[in-house]
Amino acid sequence: MLGRTANGVFWMARYLERAENTSRLLEAGFRMALTRDAEASQDEWRSLIATVGLSDAFEAANGLEYGGDKVWNFLLRDKANPGSLLAMIEAARTNARAVRTALTREVWEAVNESWMHLREALARPVREAALGPVLAMIRRQMTMVRGAMDGTMLRNEIHNFSRIGTFIERGDNTARILDVKYYVLLPSLAWVGSSLDNVQWESVLRSVSGERAYRWLNAGAMDPRGIAEFLVLDQRFPRSLAFCIEKLRSNLRGLAHEYGHETSAHELLRALGTQFHEAGIDQIFESGLHEFIHEFIAANQQVALAIETDYRFVA
Amino acid sequence: MTQAGSSFDEMFAQDGTVRPAYAGYREWYEAQDQALLRRKGAEAEGFFRSTGITFNVYGDDAGEERLIPFDMVPRIVTAREWRRLSRGIEQRVRALNAFLHDIYHRQEIIRAGRVPQRLIADNDAFLPQMIGLVPPGGIYTHIVGIDLVRTGPDDFMVLEDNARTPSGVSYMLENRETMMAMFPELFSKLSVRPVQDYPRRLAKSLAACAPDCAGSRPVVAVLTPGIYNSAYFEHAFLADQMGAELVEGSDLRVIGGRVAMRTTRGYQPIDVLYRRVDDEYLDPLSFNPASALGVPGIMDVYRAGRITIANAPGTGIADDKAIYSFMPEIVEFYTGEKPLLSNVPTWRCSEPDSLAYVLDNLAELVVKEVHGSGGYGMLIGPTSSKKEIAAFAQKLRAKPDNYIAQPTLALSTVPIFTRAGLAPRHVDLRPFVLVSPKGIEITPGGLTRVALKKGSLVVNSSQGGGTKDSWVLED
Repeated sequence: MLGRTANGVFWMARYLERAENTSRLLEAGFRMALTRDAEASQDEWRSLIATVGLSDAFEAANGLEYGGDKVWNFLLRDKANPGSLLAMIEAARTNARAVRTALTREVWEAVNESWMHLREALARPVREAALGPVLAMIRRQMTMVRGAMDGTMLRNEIHNFSRIGTFIERGDNTARILDVKYYVLLPSLAWVGSSLDNVQWESVLRSVSGERAYRWLNAGAMDPRGIAEFLVLDQRFPRSLAFCIEKLRSNLRGLAHEYGHETSAHELLRALGTQFHEAGIDQIFESGLHEFIHEFIAANQQVALAIETDYRFVA
Repeated sequence: MTQAGSSFDEMFAQDGTVRPAYAGYREWYEAQDQALLRRKGAEAEGFFRSTGITFNVYGDDAGEERLIPFDMVPRIVTAREWRRLSRGIEQRVRALNAFLHDIYHRQEIIRAGRVPQRLIADNDAFLPQMIGLVPPGGIYTHIVGIDLVRTGPDDFMVLEDNARTPSGVSYMLENRETMMAMFPELFSKLSVRPVQDYPRRLAKSLAACAPDCAGSRPVVAVLTPGIYNSAYFEHAFLADQMGAELVEGSDLRVIGGRVAMRTTRGYQPIDVLYRRVDDEYLDPLSFNPASALGVPGIMDVYRAGRITIANAPGTGIADDKAIYSFMPEIVEFYTGEKPLLSNVPTWRCSEPDSLAYVLDNLAELVVKEVHGSGGYGMLIGPTSSKKEIAAFAQKLRAKPDNYIAQPTLALSTVPIFTRAGLAPRHVDLRPFVLVSPKGIEITPGGLTRVALKKGSLVVNSSQGGGTKDSWVLED
């Protein structure tokens, strides 16, 4: 396959994943804001914008007031925001169009239809009453794309590159949520067991759609260490860092098998994997959750760059 | 302008009886519920949108993608009519290739005085880089579109030859898919010759033109200018259907005397390049130095016979509108036969007598730019205002060589489906022809373009035209 095609498939998957993550974050943020006073919800919105790394762009466009409708419109559709959800869907669709021949008709149509529906739904500012339905629709559209990929694409290098894009992006997203919210999970004598803690913890879980899974696994008990362990190390949870690493590993293995050799990306990922394999949650907390997350984000990025080079994404 | 009454309707005779080609369709149509048909028409648009069959209109805002409207009444040709047409098309395509070979070699036709020297020498479509070069397989124009118009029961004329990079074949295929999805019962009731194997035939035809250095399974790639090109959908569609790579200039470079594409495993040589990039942009070293769409050095590889470029560079000299008027002579010169398909009568404005006539009769004529396409830059006398005609006359006087003129033809009509039922609209037809050393293949049917506005004669999609599925019936 062409290097440019691999690049297009990889980025299509990344943009789709990023768009979906943005909608999950918004859903959690919106719910959180509804249950709190004005000032506290401003904090929530502020940290949400920080999670996606758009604080400067947001404040340049809107000033320092983090009003809910400003935030969700900024994240969903604002032209001043090159990373808006609409811009990401558009970028995903442009990539899909450029690699049209690498996709099945069903995948292309699912991506194209998502773009058509979202463009229409986001043509005007989204009011509070419409936010829920819009977010639900985004997730439904993304689910359809995923279903089309799962059900119709050949399990070959094209599929591998697309999955790698998905899990690079997903790992990055979960890590960024942890990066912004890690202090909520740190042990603190003053707050332990307070109702605010519970709400905060649940919000972290909710932003990766993991609240029900976590409760089911832990019989309803919430504690910060357990949540961190769940998001970082639990191989069963499809948005945990460990899960993303495992998926990267199996797809890179697929590429090595098809190409008959490994590349520098394989080595980098192996090193990252070993680190995870050896780490227990106690040890992570001991040496610093924050540092651990930062190292992960950097290493994940290194793997992505190595893949782009090793497989000749650009000339 | 309206041609009502004076033009030939392909479905209904003057007395209202249905013509034989449409008898079966008419019977089916009469039994349909009109409301249901209207609903189906709306469905078709949704289908095209989600498939992404769109085109970009140049000069439009923000490169918005638009749909070419699809009309669900088929355009039908009988087996007998098609046999006659195909013989004429095949003859013409043979002549086009022979002409191209001659014009880039000994130029016998000029020596014989049948085509004037200046038409070639002063023509931008003539590429000196092609002189003396023999393309692999000896074919110049591998994929040809012949635009036909009809003015009577047996009167088909060639309006234009497309020997460079004819487009529209994806619409031919998608229109058929759409019709089969919407009205499957029509296809089980009537015997319509299939067109769906076009991509497979194209792949085979291109592979048959591969250079000697190719292996037993030649590597074919489609070269596109990219996703912002108006025909990008078609490039992707054809590559996909042929199982060929869709490449851009930035994917290609010359390595070890071959043109190679950058794959995830490294550079891989290409044997046949079906390029949808104009000559001018093909090689910045040989043509436009500013081009980023082409491949530096590809012409050297081509000269060395180590890649097939389809269509060959320089084929524009054969479909140039100034050459067009010589096609009857050209056909006769190379085939030794009388042309089976006639030309539309054409005045060459470069000739003083013709220019004088054209200037006197602008209000009745259609005047076209010699190098123009897509319906841009033309004058349709009967629908233009006095002011427009006067302005055009100025341009014509300033640069007469740049124009040809033709009578306003009474193009045939085929009904389209409207809210008020069937209504006649003017049409043309572009059959697609594949040429390889193994022979000439013509896909039965082609692309019917239809002017959707009542009375309009302009069928170009860039000017509000639509398309129809085109049927050739089995015997």
